Amino acid sequence: MNKISKVRYQQVDGSGTGFYVLVALLSVLIVVALGAVYFMEHNGHYVTGMSNRIVWGTPHVFAIFLIVAASGALNVASISSVFQKKMYKPLSRLSGLVSLALLAGGLMILVLDLGRPDRLIVAMTEYNFKSIFAWNIILYNGFFVIVGVYLWMMFERRMNKFSSKVGLLALTWRLILTTGTGSIFGFLVSRQAYDAVIMAPMFIIMSFAFGLAFFILILLASYKWTERDLGDAIMNRLGNLLGVFIAAVIYFVAIYHLGNLYITENTGVEDFLLFDGEIYSQLFWYVQIILGGLVPIALIYSPVTRGNRMTLGLASVLVIIGGIAQIYVIIIGGQAYPMEMFPGMDIISGYGGIASYIPSIAEIFLGVGGIAVALITIVFFVKFLPFLPESLSDEVADPHHNR
Amino acid sequence: MTKALNRRDFIQNTSAILGVASVASGFTLTTFAADKGPASGGKRWGMLINTNILSEAEIDSMVSACKKEHGWGFEEHSTGSQKPSWIKKVKVQDRATKKITSLPLMCQHCEEPPCVDVCPTNASMKRLDGVVLVDRHLCIGCRFCMMACPYDARSFVHEDLSNQKEHMPRGKGTVESCTLCVHKIDNGEQPACVASVKTDAVIFGDLKDKNSIISKTLRKIQSTQIRADLNLNTGVRYSGI
Repeated sequence: MNKISKVRYQQVDGSGTGFYVLVALLSVLIVVALGAVYFMEHNGHYVTGMSNRIVWGTPHVFAIFLIVAASGALNVASISSVFQKKMYKPLSRLSGLVSLALLAGGLMILVLDLGRPDRLIVAMTEYNFKSIFAWNIILYNGFFVIVGVYLWMMFERRMNKFSSKVGLLALTWRLILTTGTGSIFGFLVSRQAYDAVIMAPMFIIMSFAFGLAFFILILLASYKWTERDLGDAIMNRLGNLLGVFIAAVIYFVAIYHLGNLYITENTGVEDFLLFDGEIYSQLFWYVQIILGGLVPIALIYSPVTRGNRMTLGLASVLVIIGGIAQIYVIIIGGQAYPMEMFPGMDIISGYGGIASYIPSIAEIFLGVGGIAVALITIVFFVKFLPFLPESLSDEVADPHHNR
Repeated sequence: MTKALNRRDFIQNTSAILGVASVASGFTLTTFAADKGPASGGKRWGMLINTNILSEAEIDSMVSACKKEHGWGFEEHSTGSQKPSWIKKVKVQDRATKKITSLPLMCQHCEEPPCVDVCPTNASMKRLDGVVLVDRHLCIGCRFCMMACPYDARSFVHEDLSNQKEHMPRGKGTVESCTLCVHKIDNGEQPACVASVKTDAVIFGDLKDKNSIISKTLRKIQSTQIRADLNLNTGVRYSGI
């Protein structure tokens, strides 16, 4: 109790030039994204790189990435209120905020890339309960409500006592939510790259890594820019956790591919993704595995760079880049490889071959705009509400110090 | 005795007239629909394509007939893979025997359609008589059905359209596919592609009617479904592949 009362939360000042430059920069990215949406929706999707073979393009990559990261960003709060790790308690509010902001950014992209975004009301009122997509709409909306209530429990002192119960609900909900996101792909039986139930748990572990990487970067930036104390105790703990999550992602990716390689009918798609897929194989090995997996692990655990704030930040950036590459390979690579429509036969013409896809600049702008929406949401909320502890110095954060 | 029409009377009378008119028009609509007969679960429309006797030229004419009937394929801006394709000619070769087969590929009108399962808004739907359709008013253009379809049968409209057919409203940003020419079969006609083939290489009919030509033929000759392993029980069957 004493420990909790020691943490004082304070809005960020947000009156300096730096703050306005940041807001202006993010606003420009959002305006550009909206311009891109107008361009794509006015003309139709022919101005994008998408086609009838690659029906989900770069906007979906960013959207799914943000949605996956969103649920993972809530982990920090869960560790505190569900698993009673007191060190994470001061970070809980920010954790809830980051998760809501990332989800909002991701959903914005998803909605604006619809063929008919003007029919959003149809998606909200017509439900096919056999559709995992319809379930996701309910899960996303529920997430906003539950995390909103969770934040209220954290903010309102009278309600603090309920925060662990609501936290448990939020944790359960987010696990189901990411299961739903992974199952969008896992339940697609017709495509060789998907059709694997391991997609759901793999997406959950991916969310742990991507969400934490985002959280670490936002924490580092906000404490540096507001010149508040951020102790090593908390950063090293988060860094170690990130390292474990990255390793776990690599484990799941390995099992997914090994499992597919064992099944003869899937060796074609595996050869494509891992070896012959040109851009997809390169993204897989160089960006996803090496740059987004092995290098961050080395940065986090190597005795030379261990505990260094800059290298932890760099590792987090690499995890995000590797994560986007991973989702790109899953979504675009998985569609580029043709469906096995005639087992035992080669398709000579009419269908088949590797579908080509070059993302248009408008698609990329929309994706980046989604990230900007998430970030500007965080920026405004930390300015107007006390999300960030005044200090996260070791005395505040380290439970041993308090003993 | 004349009575000046005051505002209240006017509103009352007008409402009464409008009320009667709208109810009556409802009756009229219902009556017309009933006359025509809604899709019935007593039927299941299907097609049998015999690739042993169907020539490549005939497949081309099937594709042309569909394009002409529904007005797709004339989009100005879309690239090859962006243009809608409700039916296409696919050529396959058996890896072991080297036998080459050409076949028309379109929506297979599954009994258990994955597109209907995944559609969040019920826009993808299956009529009682087995025809799988997209309700263009409910389609939000999410393209999940295209991800789920094992037959690459669906197309997304990538641009604005003009000069559309009266019986086939299409629209930018929505998904479309073979309708089995519901507007024709509901009037007792054959789908355009079937009608374009002069031989009996393509047979259309009611799979539930034991005495229909398609049912009798299916009982006699060997036939298969594409991706039969998925257990979707397709309405379109092939013989010769």
